[in-house]
Amino acid sequence: MDFATFLIQCLNAMQYGLLLFLVASGLTLIFGIMGVINLAHGSFYMIGAYMAYALAPVVGAAFGGEFFSTMVAGLVLSVILGYVLEWAFFSFLYEREHLQQVLMTYGLILVFEELRSLMVGDDVHGVTVPPFLNGTLQLNDVMTYPVYRLFISGVCLLLAVLMWFVFTRTRLGMMIRAGTNNREMVQSLGIDITLLYRIVFAIGVALAVFAGMIAAPVSSVYPNMGNAVLIICFVVVVIGGIGSIKGALVAALLIGIVDTFGKVLVPQMAGVLVYVLMALILLWRPNGLFKD
Amino acid sequence: MRHPSSFVMAVFGLLALWPTMASSYGVDLVAKIMIYALLALSLELLVGSTGLVCFGQAAFFGIGAYAALLLAPADGSAPSLLWSLVSAVVLAGAYALAVGALSLRTQGVYFIMVTLAFSQMAYYVVHDTPLGGGTDGIYMYVKPALGWIDLDQPMHLYGFIWFSLLTGYVFLTQLLRSPFGRALAGIRVNEQRMKATGFSTYPYKLAAFTLSGAMAGWSGYLFAIKDGFVNPELLSWHLSGAVLVMIILGGLGQMRGALIGAFAFALLQELFQSEAVFGSYAKHWHLGLGLAIMACVAFMPHGLVALPQQFRERLSGRAPSKHTEEDAA
Amino acid sequence: MQKRNALLSVAALALMTAMPSAWAQAQTQGKLKVGFMLPASGTFASLGTAIDNGFRLYVNEQGGKIAGREVEYVRVDDESDPSKATDNVNKLIKRDNVDVIVGTVHSGVVMAMAKAAKESGTLLLVPNAGADAVTGPMCAPNIFRSSFSNWQPGYAMGEVAAKKGHKKIVTITWKYAAGDETVKGFKSGFEKGGGTVVKELSLPFPNVEFQALLTEIAALKPDAVFTFFAGGGAVKFVKDYSAAGLKKTIPLYGSGFLTDGTLEAQGADADGLLTTLHYADGLNTKRDQAFRLAYAKTYKLQPDVYAVQGYDAGQMLGIGLNATKGDAKNIQGFAQALRNAKIDSPRGPFTLSKNHNPVQDFYLRKVVGKENVMEGIASKALADPGLGCKM
Repeated sequence: MDFATFLIQCLNAMQYGLLLFLVASGLTLIFGIMGVINLAHGSFYMIGAYMAYALAPVVGAAFGGEFFSTMVAGLVLSVILGYVLEWAFFSFLYEREHLQQVLMTYGLILVFEELRSLMVGDDVHGVTVPPFLNGTLQLNDVMTYPVYRLFISGVCLLLAVLMWFVFTRTRLGMMIRAGTNNREMVQSLGIDITLLYRIVFAIGVALAVFAGMIAAPVSSVYPNMGNAVLIICFVVVVIGGIGSIKGALVAALLIGIVDTFGKVLVPQMAGVLVYVLMALILLWRPNGLFKD
Repeated sequence: MRHPSSFVMAVFGLLALWPTMASSYGVDLVAKIMIYALLALSLELLVGSTGLVCFGQAAFFGIGAYAALLLAPADGSAPSLLWSLVSAVVLAGAYALAVGALSLRTQGVYFIMVTLAFSQMAYYVVHDTPLGGGTDGIYMYVKPALGWIDLDQPMHLYGFIWFSLLTGYVFLTQLLRSPFGRALAGIRVNEQRMKATGFSTYPYKLAAFTLSGAMAGWSGYLFAIKDGFVNPELLSWHLSGAVLVMIILGGLGQMRGALIGAFAFALLQELFQSEAVFGSYAKHWHLGLGLAIMACVAFMPHGLVALPQQFRERLSGRAPSKHTEEDAA
Repeated sequence: MQKRNALLSVAALALMTAMPSAWAQAQTQGKLKVGFMLPASGTFASLGTAIDNGFRLYVNEQGGKIAGREVEYVRVDDESDPSKATDNVNKLIKRDNVDVIVGTVHSGVVMAMAKAAKESGTLLLVPNAGADAVTGPMCAPNIFRSSFSNWQPGYAMGEVAAKKGHKKIVTITWKYAAGDETVKGFKSGFEKGGGTVVKELSLPFPNVEFQALLTEIAALKPDAVFTFFAGGGAVKFVKDYSAAGLKKTIPLYGSGFLTDGTLEAQGADADGLLTTLHYADGLNTKRDQAFRLAYAKTYKLQPDVYAVQGYDAGQMLGIGLNATKGDAKNIQGFAQALRNAKIDSPRGPFTLSKNHNPVQDFYLRKVVGKENVMEGIASKALADPGLGCKM
């Protein structure tokens, strides 16, 4: 592999890792702060992608400027969806044992997939990249790199910084971190913990849905697309440490590198490598890289 | 030795008589359910008796299944039932030992996810590498035999599956009444307290994990023999999830809950897939199944086994009571 | 209380015996029971629907009867899951006692079906799954295919690529039977024409992260690339290939599934792509036009290759049963009739090879707008070699 190809592969690894981080960050947030295992997280990613497909013509017709307005509409809808789901369903899971959470969210995956099938059908769909992001960068004489993928990486990085800022530098972040450690104490200080949890859950869902939306143009939209993402997200969270956003970022990038270079150097083992990585890290740090 | 409950005895008796009453499809169906019941029993040992929620049981099931095919003699003659079964069980147990050694260093939510991830690892080894024959799976044309037992004959196969289930059930119920089983119960109820009394819990958990994996391997072996066909989906997390549903549907903490759960789950699936009941919506049967799972966990957290008791308590106005060890069967 | 529990369990198990037989239709004399084993959920659901539609269209055109017997349908969802395949096909064979099984899409599932059909002697018509083994080592007198074998479209494209003067080609696909067999077919056609496959890239099915391998292709700088992907993977690959700038510099060839049913999603990225398949848009034959019109009128959808395959499975069943006067157990007579038949398909007339796979023309198609327009015939009357079939 020559140096130029190596650099391009690094770029590929980073882009894949950053998108993975975006989806996994929602999972680790919900996990770490509310202790809820949510197997349906992959379904939120799927909902985001289908939203991008279904909303674009509707929103575009109403508001014009398709791309950003779809994005905004999608974000608003996802926050509302997360809020409602938490209120109607997930809030009952906090008291329950992990096994029950696993099973209820497992049932939820089945429900979401069938609802998707009933509402939108089973066909494969594409989402067009908005024209102003449709360019390419010439990397060498044969290969170009799509600007849209750079855009995705940029957005993920921006969100990572934003998350860090909110959690460490704002009152909301402070309340969230306090709520993780001691729910009753926070409540007795007059902070509405129920509302807080609802907001956090809505954010977690919104992150996954948003990831699905921006990824839709490059990943296309098809049934069962949430399942593959779900399992890898769990590995990200296991490697990074539950509840740690920083850990999720590092783990996602690591997985991006292992997966990308694995595919090229040892294609037979590519699928297994990520799990071998996880096993090695667990040997060294049983609770993941960064324990919150 | 306490008498096993007459309910369970009746069930096994009925199962033994089933081939005389049912069509060949019915015999096949019940044979399949008995295999899943054995798998459910193995998971019950971990989840219900020891309190370890394992989301990777399918891996051990699949390893037992693949071992049955991969270790069959190359010349196409019938493998010896004894050796092929033993090697399948040992291999599955060995993987369980390795996974357990690593995963049991973690707790709670972590443990669940780590077991899931290790089962995915096994899945990908079988799925991607030439070892497993790839995504389309491998076939076996000759079934094992031992002496006068020839599993090629449907009745012998059914009988052997029935025998395996009975053995598994009896073994586990006796195990749970032994000091080892008491230790597991103690770990489930309060591990800290066990440790505080100087008890080293790790070896017990590891032993339970390995036993559970070995038994799951046995059920996988039976599955492979029955179908004559294995493929990577046998190790998928969907199966791990389905087994968890079975034991919680039946009722945790009781071995017969695993049996009931396996039957109930299979019946539920048949119900939702039936066009006679749902017409053209039968194609969306996953929806019904998902809702049923959620409803079951929400409204029947103690499973079907506890249903009669829950009913009685509701009627008489008493608070629900916890299960005791005497109920372990 | 123990006794009550015992009684309840007896009742439950008795109910279980009763239910399947109550649910299955009573076996009425004379009705022809057709068992569909197709995916109703997941990635291949729309393909299952198209096959079902095509088959039923044929039967409806015959007035709902084949060889004088009224047709009755039973459906089983195979979930494209090979691990449930044996149980599902046994539902059709043993519980529902079907006369003929039609299915399926996924090659892993069809293998289990073929094994079960071989053992029970039930007629099996395969309306899609291209696993070479079905008309290879697993072939049987009662197993027929109305679609293709994975080897065929690959071989046809191999010949085309060699004729175009390409010398070095890289192949890329998923590492599973369909991918491997298509690439093998391509390789044998291409190398026969004097070319060389310099590298065979693959990634695990159904992984769709192609970037790393696209970079690899760029580094290898071949004359062209041949690929097999289907469904969501095909959409993503075509889009990624174009976005990586490779479409302009390294021509991409594919098996027809790359652009079948995926054009709406692929958009402009698929323009001009050449693929080979046994069906195309714009064939402009009377037969095809009549079919397309009827299909569109009945289902308000445009037909695709899957619908044609389903329709032709119906035709094959009709030909066979008419010859045996409706006896679905007369496998000899059925097979004899089909081996000598010429099936008047919307794709063009085809015959069956002695291993029961279609011997058919493969079209070279080019993507123009939202259609795969026929450019010419890539390979005339191409027969699958049927290696390993002993019939």
